[in-house]
Amino acid sequence: MYWQKELETMPRKKLEELQLERLKCLIQYCIDNVPYYNAKLSKAGITADKIKTLSDIQYIPYTAKDDIRETYPFGLFAVPMKQIVRIHASSGTTGKPTVVGYTKNDLNNWSDLVARIVVAAGARDDDIAQISFGYGLFTGALGLHYGLERIGAAIVPISSGNTEKQIMIMKDFGTTVLVSTPSYAMYMSEVAADMGIHKSEMKLRLGLFGSEGCTDEMRAKIEENMGIFFTDNYGMSELMGPGVAGECTVRCGLHFAEDHFYPEIINSSTLEVKDRGEEGELVITTLTKEGIPMLRYRTKDITRIQYDECRCGRTHARMEKIKGRSDDMLKIKGVNVFPSQIESVIMTMPDSISPNYQIVLTTHNYMDDIEIKVELIDASLLESYGELEKLQQQIRHKLHTILGLDCKVTLLEPKSIERFVGKAKRVIDQRKK
Amino acid sequence: MIIKQISVFVENRSGRLAEITSIIAEAGCSIRALSIADTTNFGILRLIVDDSKKAEDALRTNGLAVSITNVINVRIEDKPGGLSKVLKMMSEQGIAVEYMYAFISKCENEAQVVMRIEDLNRADELLTKAGY
Repeated sequence: MYWQKELETMPRKKLEELQLERLKCLIQYCIDNVPYYNAKLSKAGITADKIKTLSDIQYIPYTAKDDIRETYPFGLFAVPMKQIVRIHASSGTTGKPTVVGYTKNDLNNWSDLVARIVVAAGARDDDIAQISFGYGLFTGALGLHYGLERIGAAIVPISSGNTEKQIMIMKDFGTTVLVSTPSYAMYMSEVAADMGIHKSEMKLRLGLFGSEGCTDEMRAKIEENMGIFFTDNYGMSELMGPGVAGECTVRCGLHFAEDHFYPEIINSSTLEVKDRGEEGELVITTLTKEGIPMLRYRTKDITRIQYDECRCGRTHARMEKIKGRSDDMLKIKGVNVFPSQIESVIMTMPDSISPNYQIVLTTHNYMDDIEIKVELIDASLLESYGELEKLQQQIRHKLHTILGLDCKVTLLEPKSIERFVGKAKRVIDQRKK
Repeated sequence: MIIKQISVFVENRSGRLAEITSIIAEAGCSIRALSIADTTNFGILRLIVDDSKKAEDALRTNGLAVSITNVINVRIEDKPGGLSKVLKMMSEQGIAVEYMYAFISKCENEAQVVMRIEDLNRADELLTKAGY
């Protein structure tokens, strides 16, 4: 199923012609309307007619989150406020938020882009979609809201939190599509079990999950707990919000909307563009955005892009599930660690420990210490200390195999680790800077 | 005599034991015997209560990891050699004790021992035959 079939299945050659044409227009648009870009582009000697092929994009300077912060709040807006009809801001936890604005056209495109990913994931007009993202400045909730509304689904805009009520409504309304973060979905399944509600009493069939990473193991666990088909989608407010990329039902990567976003993979240290198929930092240029266009925005997300045609018939390139954000990467005793690696170990022992965990980093004698806190659920191990210690050793050994690091493993009582209704915060870094 | 023992996983943080025992108190259960040992960050609390089902339900409702095991309760003479006599007899029959804890009984000249034994039924038979 497609939402805009002609665009989504456009032959690559035609698609690339369209991208080039839009890229040239974008350069001119930025020069004419955004003084900040104008200064950067003229310093780099870039004009629209210097762009002859798509690979000429490599001469355009990058844009980073700091550029948006530097021009806080509206410095990168390309149109007067008269034409801006919506303002969102990033959920950034440090410093000033990054602010973005949308014109009427932007909102219209955005709805179509989200409609594309939800249809690709399997949503239909007869679905009841419960949106359990927090509504507000964050783009996730309203983005999915407008996209699902566009395809004709019935929206339940419940927002996040009040989990028992979420479950009650899910059951009573017969919700078929759930929109949330993976960690909140996991928590909801736990609460449903506590309430004595089995998945067979629910009509849930499809999950549209996003706004944070999720390991394959966690994905399988959520599918099992909720009896749901898990799909991942990707976006960020700086680029638009959700709708930048999303999984189709084949689930072998997230299709970009390449007619609106031009993706590249770069080496984060040398800033050189990598060859197709190589892993690196994702950089995206918005090709059609009017309110706040982004030239080569550095997402800090690590992934890889595949360009071959997908079995679903879409010609647009697919990115692999985000391996991690370069910002999330922890450097522990000189070793690079992604929290997702730790999660994948924890998810391999579903009968002994719960899927909730916490990573605590401290400094001891000028050295980093890493402690992984997990919740014991297998009460049969209480027969002897030896069994519990064996479990600790087993987790420690698995972590060592994956990370190459010796971690302290602490067993906690069930349900003692904080649960999250939005993006989970699993890492507590108490190291002296 | 075979009786039920409750085991509870306890995080090693101050006040936790007070919280757990108050759950049992609120359930209206009386603790007959208990034992706890700890490692650096957790402990296993072992309890004998008058109504183990009620206590177990209350602990579970409060989100604790709980398990129930059969153990042997033996009454022994409260005098030198009382315990060693029993243990010697069991050892001669090749019955090993995994762990145990003892307390003084309300009855005079009597102590009680709770033992966790792998081959529970054989031990119970042996002890009953020997008049314990």
